[in-house]
Amino acid sequence: MNMAPQLSWYLALSAVLFTIGVVGVLVKRNVISMFMCIELMLNAVNLTFVAFSSFFRDVSGQLFVFIVMTVAAAEAAVGLGIIISIFRNRESLDVDDSSVLKL
Amino acid sequence: MLALLFILFAGMAIGCAISMVAQRNPLYSAISLIGVFISLACLYVTLSAPFIAAVQVIVYAGAIMVLVVFVIMLLNVDQPERQPRRLRSLVPIAVGLAAILFAEAAFIIFFVQQAPLTPTHSISNVGLTSSIGTGLFTSYLLPFEITSILLLMAIVGAMSLARRGGLIRPRVDGGEKGTNNRQ
Amino acid sequence: MLRYIIFAPLAGAVINWLVGRRLRNERFIGLVACASVGVSTLIAFYLAFKSNGALHIGEPNDTTPIMDHLWTWIQVGSFRADFGLAMDRLSGIYALFVTFVGLLIHIFATGYMRGDGGYYRFFAYLNLFMFAMLTLVLADNFLLMFVGWEGVGLCSYLLIGFYLDKEEAAPAAKKAFIANRVGDWGFILGLMLIFFTTGSISFFDKSSLGVKSALQTIATMPIDGFGWHAIFAGGITSIAVLLFIGAIGKSAQIPLFVWLPDAMAGPTPVSALIHAATMVTAGVYMVVRCSAIYTHAPTAMFIVAITGAATALFAATIGIAQNDIKKVLAYSTISQLGYMFLACGMGAFVAAIFHVMTHAFFKAQLFLGSGSVINGMHHEQDMRRMGGLRKYMPVTWLTMCAGWLAICGVPIFAGFFSKDEILWKTWSASGSGMPPGFGKALWFIGAVTALLTAVYMTRLMVMTFWGKERFHVAQIDNLRDENHAQGHAQVNNLRHTPHESPLSMTIPLIVLAVLSTVGGLVGVPYAISSLTGGHPENYFEQTLEPAISAVPNTTSNSAEAANQLRWLSPPPQPVDGKPAFAPTQESNGGEAIPSAAEISQERLFALISVAIALLGIGIGWLMFQSQPLRQMPRLLENKYYVDEIYDAAIINPIHVGSRVGLWKLFDVGVIDGLIHDLGRAVIDFGKTIRYMQIGFVRAYAAIILAGALIIIGYFAYNGAHVLRFLVR
Repeated sequence: MNMAPQLSWYLALSAVLFTIGVVGVLVKRNVISMFMCIELMLNAVNLTFVAFSSFFRDVSGQLFVFIVMTVAAAEAAVGLGIIISIFRNRESLDVDDSSVLKL
Repeated sequence: MLALLFILFAGMAIGCAISMVAQRNPLYSAISLIGVFISLACLYVTLSAPFIAAVQVIVYAGAIMVLVVFVIMLLNVDQPERQPRRLRSLVPIAVGLAAILFAEAAFIIFFVQQAPLTPTHSISNVGLTSSIGTGLFTSYLLPFEITSILLLMAIVGAMSLARRGGLIRPRVDGGEKGTNNRQ
Repeated sequence: MLRYIIFAPLAGAVINWLVGRRLRNERFIGLVACASVGVSTLIAFYLAFKSNGALHIGEPNDTTPIMDHLWTWIQVGSFRADFGLAMDRLSGIYALFVTFVGLLIHIFATGYMRGDGGYYRFFAYLNLFMFAMLTLVLADNFLLMFVGWEGVGLCSYLLIGFYLDKEEAAPAAKKAFIANRVGDWGFILGLMLIFFTTGSISFFDKSSLGVKSALQTIATMPIDGFGWHAIFAGGITSIAVLLFIGAIGKSAQIPLFVWLPDAMAGPTPVSALIHAATMVTAGVYMVVRCSAIYTHAPTAMFIVAITGAATALFAATIGIAQNDIKKVLAYSTISQLGYMFLACGMGAFVAAIFHVMTHAFFKAQLFLGSGSVINGMHHEQDMRRMGGLRKYMPVTWLTMCAGWLAICGVPIFAGFFSKDEILWKTWSASGSGMPPGFGKALWFIGAVTALLTAVYMTRLMVMTFWGKERFHVAQIDNLRDENHAQGHAQVNNLRHTPHESPLSMTIPLIVLAVLSTVGGLVGVPYAISSLTGGHPENYFEQTLEPAISAVPNTTSNSAEAANQLRWLSPPPQPVDGKPAFAPTQESNGGEAIPSAAEISQERLFALISVAIALLGIGIGWLMFQSQPLRQMPRLLENKYYVDEIYDAAIINPIHVGSRVGLWKLFDVGVIDGLIHDLGRAVIDFGKTIRYMQIGFVRAYAAIILAGALIIIGYFAYNGAHVLRFLVR
């Protein structure tokens, strides 16, 4: 009621959400939880795009959000397929059990 | 008024996000994430992007999260995460790195705020469906088409990955019926 | 022609080493060795005594040396050292007796070393030694003399350690070399200081090559004052003291004499040649050669005299308590070297060289005789197991008697004249700056030493040649030197009786005995020769004195002053023959005729010397004829525990310091520790970096994030201006 929300507020919110997503990716051990945190990060970026598009009255920001959502969907499909394969092989959804990529 | 709404929805988003990270059960995490999506959709509406808000709810909350919940249920991850914790040192490192990230973001935002900018008071027609459609099918046609191909690739990939029997099926030789008598 | 004197033995050494090793024919090796030294002897005699030879017979005031410039060795800036030889009167006398005594010893060694497996090696080393010694003696500059100095040290090391299977030989060789080296430190510093002071290191003026004599330059410098400060002042006294330190090492004076008794572990001809006649007298040679330096440094002469006298007495007291025949002779050598330095310190350089020569004769004689005894006793060296040998080895006995009487100072044997002259000149010395009564006190020490010398030499002779035969006794109580004697003791006592040595060994003994008897007659002092109408200067003095500087008089250079110092040489003459100032003596070219009071005093002291000698012989005879195994004081027998003191005070701290401090602390701790820590640091670094490739996906994610943050940070910091543009 004091004033309209500034652009910087939206950007700050987006940064906070992104940071929380980053922490989640690094801390969570369940693969699916990790995946969901990545989705959170994507959404934070979406918020940034929409905020800019709104404040600059440019539609391309929202179009990009549209595409991002599409890619996120595709990524979700493929990623969950991979997760299922991993689960089939290891019987465990702990990402630390998949530490084969080492010297 | 708008500020109040912003604060409300922003608080909801942050709360659900923290809840999502802090929960041990992935199912609860999924529910929290849905909460984040919905609050973000509300924010989009206040930013005069109704179409995006709708798509957000339909696609993210309605399709992607449903899929995730399906996979969680399928894989039956009930067992608690009480295994021996490896890489204990990663938690403080992660927090530290995140703090640095936030600091850099704040730094950038600080400079952005230097620029004079007029906030929107009136509802603009940027986010209407028609304008999005116009932009999508005229100047951003190529990304649109490529995105559809991407979806096709995703479908094919998901199908071949998750098929029972592995990625590449060995070709069962069914032609030789007479030579192999052992069953 | 001078060069062949030194190159003949070198050729002999090379031939023996290369050819003799193949042939292994003892006769060939011995012949080559003796012939090469013989060639040197002949050339030396020829060059000395020819009509214009080095000794300038008949021309008393001409001291020009015969020179032979081989090549210019070093010429850097103003520093010049030639490989050049010069035989003047001093080095001529030295060369004569070094080559001749060396030849006799070589002949002796062909008999003594017969049957030894390293025959060729022995004679190669021995010839190498002659080469080095003659280089030392005939060098015309300090640096070449130092080459010879080091060469004789090296050969001494090689020859002391010649017996490869003798356990005490190698440490003795090391000890000799190291003690020499300690002295060489002083020598080198003195050499550098000479170059710094005079700009030259040559002994003689070689105007055709543009080389000035360093000694000549020093002779024209003012005399240093007397006092302790002069030693450290960097002037002539410092030079003299530093050079004398070199002489202390080489000629076995206090405190560096400890190597000489241990050096008796080498074969006896080595002891005779190196450690009696030639190498150890190199220090005396050097001091006399630098007489110009020493006469200008009264403090140094004081030190030299005191060191010489103290060493003489000290060594004599140890010598009377030793039981190994060679050790007695070793300490006797140290004692006699003390006499020579005492003479140098009192300004009687001619007397010192005279004693060097006679000492070479009788000490070589005594050593070779003892070698003959040892050979006849089948390598038994302990005198307590000898006795009554005179009827088994008559030639050895008689020749050793000559050496014995010579060293005791019985007239007319050689030792009497030289030792008596030293004692007389010590008594009557009155050089500049010396404390009053100094000469008298040193004469007293010298006299006591002479008495002790006679006592212990008589003891040696009595225990060896007279009395009951003790070599049949298998066991003697409190035997000490077991190592070498033990093996032979049981065998010899039962089977063999002593026998005389072969001709190759007895002939040199006879020759040296003759020299010990008559060799002193060239130096009969005027006080005695005047009884038979002799020349004011004897033959030896005539030859040598013009070549040596005299102690300058402090009062003036007038004729009366010169006459007062009649016992010294005529007023100093520079080495290249030009007189510094007009001589004031008679036309006979020698010194002024001493006064009657002086002559009678000198005769009195001669009688005193004879009395001391006979008294010593009498005491020795009485004490040991009846009781040969009389126990001497333990302190003396254990040589005042000098070696033990050195071990505890110097050697062991160095050992411990090296092992604990330098090795464990520094080498292992610091240097190795540095390497270890470096390696460990690398390993630890690797362990940390290892986490980058650990396999955990979350870790990879964290690293990716960190990298992304860095890049973002960079662009954020630098691109802030860009952003400002964009948004504006």
